[in-house]
Amino acid sequence: MPDSVLLLTLIILPFVASIAAGLLPSGARDTASGLAGAVALIGLGMVWAAYPTISQGGVLRADFAWMPSLGLTFVLRMDGFAWLFCGLITGIGALVVLYARYYMSSDDPVPRFFAFLLAFMGAMTGLVISGNLIQLAFFWELTSLFSFLLIGYWHHLAAARDGARIALTITATGGLCLFAGVLVLGHIVGSYDLDTVLASGDRIRDHDLYLVALVLVVLGALTKSAQFPFHFWLPHAMAAPTPVSAYLHSATLVKAGVFLLARLWPVMAGTDAWTWTVGLAGLITMLIGAYIAIFQNDLKGLLAYSTISHLGLITLLLGLKSELALVAAIFHIINHAAFKCSLFMAAGIIDHETGTRDIRRLSGLNHSMPFTARLALVAAAAMAGVPLLNGFLSKEMFFAEALSAEAPVSPLLNILPLAAMLASAFSVAYSLRFIHGAFFGPEATDLPRKPHEPGTWMRFPVEILVLTCIIVGVLPAATIGPFLALAVHSVLGDDAPTYSLAVWHGFNLPLLMSAVAMAGGVVLYLLLQRRLRTNEDGPPVLWRLEGQRIFERVMVFVSWRLARRLEGLVGTRRLQPQLRVLVGIAILAGAAAAWWGGFGPGNLPASPIDPVLALIWLVGGACALGAAWLAKYHRLAALILVGGAGLVVCVTFVWFSAPDLALTQLTVEVVTTVLLLLGLRWLPKRLHIPGDRGPEVLSRTRRLRDLGLATGAGLGLAALSYAVMTRTPPDLLALHFLARAYTEGGGTNAVNVILVDFRGFDTLGEIFVVASVALTTFALLRRFRPAPESIELPEQQRDQAGTDAAHVGQRETGRVADWLLVPFTLTRLLFPVMLVVAMFLLLRGHDLPGGGFSAGMVVAIAIILQYMIGGIEWTEDRLRLRPHLWVGTGLLLASGTGLAAMLFGRPFLTTYFAYGDLPIIGKVPLASALIFDIGVFALVVGATLLMLVALAHQSVRAHRATPRRSTEAGDD
Amino acid sequence: MELVLSLGIGVLAGSGVWLLLRPRTFQVIIGLCLLSYAVNLFIFSTGGLRSGAAAILAPGETGTLAQYADPLPQALVLTAIVIGFATTALLLVVLLAARGLTGTDHVDGRERER
Repeated sequence: MPDSVLLLTLIILPFVASIAAGLLPSGARDTASGLAGAVALIGLGMVWAAYPTISQGGVLRADFAWMPSLGLTFVLRMDGFAWLFCGLITGIGALVVLYARYYMSSDDPVPRFFAFLLAFMGAMTGLVISGNLIQLAFFWELTSLFSFLLIGYWHHLAAARDGARIALTITATGGLCLFAGVLVLGHIVGSYDLDTVLASGDRIRDHDLYLVALVLVVLGALTKSAQFPFHFWLPHAMAAPTPVSAYLHSATLVKAGVFLLARLWPVMAGTDAWTWTVGLAGLITMLIGAYIAIFQNDLKGLLAYSTISHLGLITLLLGLKSELALVAAIFHIINHAAFKCSLFMAAGIIDHETGTRDIRRLSGLNHSMPFTARLALVAAAAMAGVPLLNGFLSKEMFFAEALSAEAPVSPLLNILPLAAMLASAFSVAYSLRFIHGAFFGPEATDLPRKPHEPGTWMRFPVEILVLTCIIVGVLPAATIGPFLALAVHSVLGDDAPTYSLAVWHGFNLPLLMSAVAMAGGVVLYLLLQRRLRTNEDGPPVLWRLEGQRIFERVMVFVSWRLARRLEGLVGTRRLQPQLRVLVGIAILAGAAAAWWGGFGPGNLPASPIDPVLALIWLVGGACALGAAWLAKYHRLAALILVGGAGLVVCVTFVWFSAPDLALTQLTVEVVTTVLLLLGLRWLPKRLHIPGDRGPEVLSRTRRLRDLGLATGAGLGLAALSYAVMTRTPPDLLALHFLARAYTEGGGTNAVNVILVDFRGFDTLGEIFVVASVALTTFALLRRFRPAPESIELPEQQRDQAGTDAAHVGQRETGRVADWLLVPFTLTRLLFPVMLVVAMFLLLRGHDLPGGGFSAGMVVAIAIILQYMIGGIEWTEDRLRLRPHLWVGTGLLLASGTGLAAMLFGRPFLTTYFAYGDLPIIGKVPLASALIFDIGVFALVVGATLLMLVALAHQSVRAHRATPRRSTEAGDD
Repeated sequence: MELVLSLGIGVLAGSGVWLLLRPRTFQVIIGLCLLSYAVNLFIFSTGGLRSGAAAILAPGETGTLAQYADPLPQALVLTAIVIGFATTALLLVVLLAARGLTGTDHVDGRERER
């Protein structure tokens, strides 16, 4: 089988199966577990299939292009060490799946559980066979995420939610540190490829950024492996279903941290900084974890702290400057996985059969479940390090290393053997407590359920694991030896030390230490008997150091108090201060750029001032200032003045050779004005009463400040424009567009060719924006509820209605039609003319000023004029408008033109053009861009009408007023 | 000529910013209109002011900047005008609806406490 297929199957299959399991109905426990078991076994088969290559010292590797432009490759790489981990993940995974099948109640949505478990399996496999550091960090975060989901599986329990949240916060934060760390590593090495990184040990250790990378990577590893001071998440994670604890919190997830440390050991270890950070963290964790474990009343809690302690041991070994210590660490990773997993399963069986995990309540289970009791006894003995079991071997190696290791400072050397013995004694004590407390003594009578042996298949995984413990313990060299050697060689290469995996090394110091620790542990347990029986308040911790409490405080501070204070300090919910800050910062930024970059007139001489344009702009400026002055009390006047300013802008476009802009500006101006006029009706009356200071009058200082800002912004923009206009304009793209407009776009109107051809995709996006805006306005207006005081008919209409009522006998058509008879007739006559003009603009757009936008606006104006003069009812009797249809047609035409190009194998929106000769009309451009432009046209017509007509309809609709809100609703 | 136009842009922008900072929704809409004129003109002016330059190519010709006005800022501004119209319409309707819901045309949806 090719490497790539094998490796891809290993990581993709679990994810695919995860999705499949997630889609199963929630009662499909057997199907889901069968699926998960099959995936784990196939994975195990893949691992086995890889063995021939691995056993030759080879490396399986598959590269896939990921982001070649950034030099990133998706690399899967399996060497001996990764192979060993894959074996653990799939092998223990298969056992856990079998166990979970019998552990999970059929009342729970079990397929969801297996979906998460499979996804976790995939993420974990991805992590260990990543051949690229960034990819590794990605899978690292994925494992955190799925561990979060698995811990929170029983999300109706508060403990599960809290545990999941704490675990995610800690491990994902660590993952971010790791990500930053691998970025630094990649920067140092110049590549993210693991092989390259592993070959650059000296370069990394001598680099200035070594310490930074070290701290970040170690933070990631310590959080993941629950090392002090981040250890507290693991006990809380015990709220997860027991199979999860057995899988994640003994064999896989928590081993990711030590996996990473071992992986990077050849390139990062060996310095004093490494020993201090990693070794010290491991030492402290080992002691604290073992100490607290003795005083746990919950079986799983005991196992959790024991796991913390054993991980501390592994971390400590990795922190020492010795290759043999690394061997011991890898060996202990395997041994710990075997016995801790089986112990978790045993704890789960006890919980499952008795309904409690409290050691104080449990007693004498030896009578009701003798077989489980013996299995647990062996596993716990392995945990305590009893000879002829696997835990003993790695513990002996650890003692030997503790005696011979080099340390940065000699006092540390002296305490190391003592600490090792102390931790070992603690470990004996809590193992005794686990076994003695649960299985021995008088048979308990007040258990929630009557205990009996579990089903055969539920016990089977425990049997396998315990058998492994024994076989490895008795015949280490023959069983685990070759695999361990492969893993060690793939990490250390030729530096791999010689070591002996024999059970018996003769009478030596480590053996003596073991004996002392064993005896010490038994004595300690006997001494603590009394206290442990009524153990109410946990371990007698001398310093009240509770990681969780500190964590919660920090979380509350960061996410609540600090956030609130910051918001109070710099935030506001009011618009005006925000805008003031925005404008102020813009002015300051512009001023700063001018200050540093220099500022002055450009290279071009100013062209002479034309008195006509100056006069026009005098009017324009007056209009703008007038609008600003009148916008509060005289809205109509302000609106007219804005129209004036718009016209001046329009004239300016004409003046400076931009007919297309002028055309668009003019039509848009008309439509905007009509739109705002329609809106005026729904705004509250505001009359200026001289001498009366309404509630809204702001203080003088605030007005002065705003005036200053406005003047600053105006002067700044004026100065900037002047500076820009007196410089030679940049010739970035203009030439390119001008040169190709005709030769490649087939049109002489370069602006239009840019819009519908060169930058057609932008225009497509733009018309989608316009369409969504139109639909949004329409939707908002459907549920429009005006303020109560705006519901009534306007004064003028009421007057007219009164007059009409008084003169009943007069002509029926009367009223408005009488007043506006002349414009009414004119508009009706103009209607077809305007439509023809629109068609003209549309068709000639590619070659001459015009195009879809302006043509669409002209049609919209023509129709709106009918509405304004004839009234809504009159117009709609004669004209069936379907603005939605226009909008949809426009979008379809425009996108369809783009897609049609793809049918011919060209990129999206490629234009085809030719000139056709029509009788009478003459030569017309027949570019496919014209169809696109027709789409734009239809959309503009539809969108504009949709908005205007919807707004206009409000005045003939029967409105329900918004209920007056109670006064307290308005405040805060 | 440049002076006239830049002063014009300044006056439009100044009036627009002043209105933008006012408390009434209608003032803000008018302010945005004025500000968008100013910004459109500014973008347009980056192509250089050319009165009397041809806007339309002769058929078959590859144009150069010597004879023709820069089409790129024009295309940008044309898009900006249309989008500006759409957002003005949206803003107007949102403000009308807000006025209906809150009973005030203050930009914050409630009158300022003094």
